[in-house]
This record gives sequence, C-alpha cells and structure tokens, in this order.
Amino acid sequence: MAAGAQAQVPTAPPPDVLARLHGILAQVADPEIPVLSVLDLGVIRHLSIRPDGRLEVGLSPTYSGCPANSVIKADVLRALRAAGFDAVAVDVLAPPWSSDWLSEEGRRKLKTYGIAPPGAAAACPRCGSKRTSRSSEFGSTPCKALYRCDACLEPFDFFKCI
Amino acid sequence: MTPHGRYVLRLADTNLVLAQRLGEWAGHAPALEEDLGLANVSLDLLGQARLLLAHAGQLEGSGRGEDELAFLREESDFYNLTLVEQPNGDFGDTVVRQFLFDAWQLGAYEALRDSRDATLAAIAAKGRGEATYHLRYSGGWLVRLGDGTAESHARVAQSVARLWPYTGELFADDDVDRAAAEAGIGVLPSTLEPAFSARVDETLARATLARPAQTPFNWYGKQGRHSEHLGYLLAEMQSLHRAHPGAAW
Repeated sequence: MAAGAQAQVPTAPPPDVLARLHGILAQVADPEIPVLSVLDLGVIRHLSIRPDGRLEVGLSPTYSGCPANSVIKADVLRALRAAGFDAVAVDVLAPPWSSDWLSEEGRRKLKTYGIAPPGAAAACPRCGSKRTSRSSEFGSTPCKALYRCDACLEPFDFFKCI
Repeated sequence: MTPHGRYVLRLADTNLVLAQRLGEWAGHAPALEEDLGLANVSLDLLGQARLLLAHAGQLEGSGRGEDELAFLREESDFYNLTLVEQPNGDFGDTVVRQFLFDAWQLGAYEALRDSRDATLAAIAAKGRGEATYHLRYSGGWLVRLGDGTAESHARVAQSVARLWPYTGELFADDDVDRAAAEAGIGVLPSTLEPAFSARVDETLARATLARPAQTPFNWYGKQGRHSEHLGYLLAEMQSLHRAHPGAAW
C-alpha cells in the first residue's frame, strides 16, 4: 500500500537529467528583460517526473497581470519539448513569487543591463550613487519603477520589490 | 450558486470592473507616468480577477471559464461593489476611488490569507503585495492633491464627498458574507472597517482633508443591483466577445 501510494507521487529527476534541465532553462529568457533567464527570475518552482513519465514544471507568475507570464510558460514548454522532454506546466501560486527570489546572478545581470536590482535602496546602476529619487511608481513593465540619479542625473529603471 | 462561489465571484467582479475602468485611462492620463501607473494597476487587478473568475467557475462546476463569466453575463448577474463601477471623472475622482478601494482590498487580502479555501488564500497572499503597492500610489496622489494647490484641494475634497457614500457597502454584511465567514472561507465585511478607517484617516490627515460623515445611503452592487453606470461599462467590455464568440488573439 505504501509502495503503491509512493508510485503515484512525482519524483525528483536524477542528477544528470536535472543538470541538463537547468542547462536548457538557463537559455530561456524573460521576454521583457531578456538579460534574465527564467532561472534567474526565480519562477521555476519545481521539476519532477510524474508516474506516467512526463516532466512536470511548476511555474509561478510574477506580477498577477504581467503579460509575460503566459509567454514564459509557452517558452519554457517549447524549449523543453524541443530537447525531447514530454513536459507539462502547472501553476504554483503559494507561496507567492517575490522579488527576493531573484538569483544573485540575476541581480548582477540586471545591474550590468542598467536596471537597479530590488532592494532597500535603489542605487544608480551607472555611477553607484545612492542619492536617487523616484519619478514614478510604475515604469515600462509591471516589475519596474522609474528613478533618477541625483548624482549623475541619469534616469534609470528600478526592479520593484514585492 | 453556493455562498462560497458567490463570495469568490464578488471579489472577481470587483477586480474585473475596476480593471476595466482604469483601462479607460490608457492614452488619456494627465502625464505619461500616470498613464503607465493606472494601466499597471489595472493589469494587476485583471490578473487577480482572472484567477478569481477561473476559481469561481470551478466552484460553480458548470464548465464556465473566465471568459464566459466575464463576457457572457448580464448586468444583474455581476456582483461587484458599486464603488468600482463609478465613472473615472477627473484624475482626482479616480485617485479617490482607487484609494478607498485599495485601503479596503489590502485589509480584505490580509484577512483572506487565512481562508480555508486554499486557492483563495493563495490569491490573497499574492494580491496583498500588489495591493500594498497600489495603496502607496493612490495614497501618495491623494496627499499631493489634497495638500496641493487651492484648486486641487477643493476639487479632490469634492471627489471624497462624492465617493464616500459608496464605502458603506464595503462593510455591510449580508447572508452570503455571513455564510462564507462561518465556513472559514470569507471574512465578514464589517470586521474590515477598523483597519480601513485607520488607514484612511491617517492619509486624509496628511492630505489636509476631512472625513465625510457616514450617511444612511447604501448600495447593493454585490447583490446584483447596480448604479446606472455598470451597463455601459459592460456593453463596451463585452462587445467584442459577443460579436465574435470564441475569438482569440
């Protein structure tokens, strides 16, 4: 009985498969901030093998209404299927995605790209000054706010904390 | 429909109707930043509405999905709070409507995180962060307009007076609310009033605005009895889907 019940539960992929999956997902870019991969973004919640052999990918939406959410899901499935995985996606709402889940690598890439990573203070991604002012709570995508550097006077995007 | 399903549908419809109203500002806001801001708030609310509508459809068990619920119901079958269907008016009216809504929604989401309905609890936990951000935006504008020029102060004071009577419905308990609360699924609206009042009073004080007196005036949008404005909003929102059933992007 216990063994039967266990067989119904998705299991973790073997380490070599997992490494391959990570390699594939590292190449899937966020459609709105293409410098970030879906792994950097922290939206991949789990990868498991279902009893029927299919690969299950748990995905979390970032901002509830972000149009990129559906594109991300489609891109992830396309990349995995192209690599030969019979993949299905499931939405994972709880616990909710947070900008805290951006990887260290992702934060570094954002800064290089000219977007201040989420944090207590929005530091200018160009000159590094912390003397900055918010010019708008919202920016060009749901995840960004508009800031201006009071030291070098350049405007920049700040990845909103949520 | 069970009280559980109706309760979720009220939340869904309230978000959907306000998202549609805010969308009307696209291309018309007083500055590009506010155009983006209002559209972003609208998108967040629409995203939450889609999750809530899909959940309501599942609870109903009739096979209706989010599109059928959004686009193929009549006015009297919508259960949104009457506040959110009020016209955009000027920017001050929109700011006040948004501020009152955000202050209410943040409290509702905080409470609903403990719902026994795991899907509703997850949507509330996710929405709470977004509602907090929205309230900072709308509250910030309320202070700027109220504590701004003589003109902006006078006009936004009128907005507060005009929209305040719609707040009564936010805290009026009815049978659906009581059943949902007793089952541990919903929160009793009247219990949200103290936190709402604290948030609103604090911001109104910074905005140098007075809180209007409560009136006996009440609305029943959440029971399907709406002001004259909802029908026009639905006519526009539903026209494409009704003209081209099943149309997809």
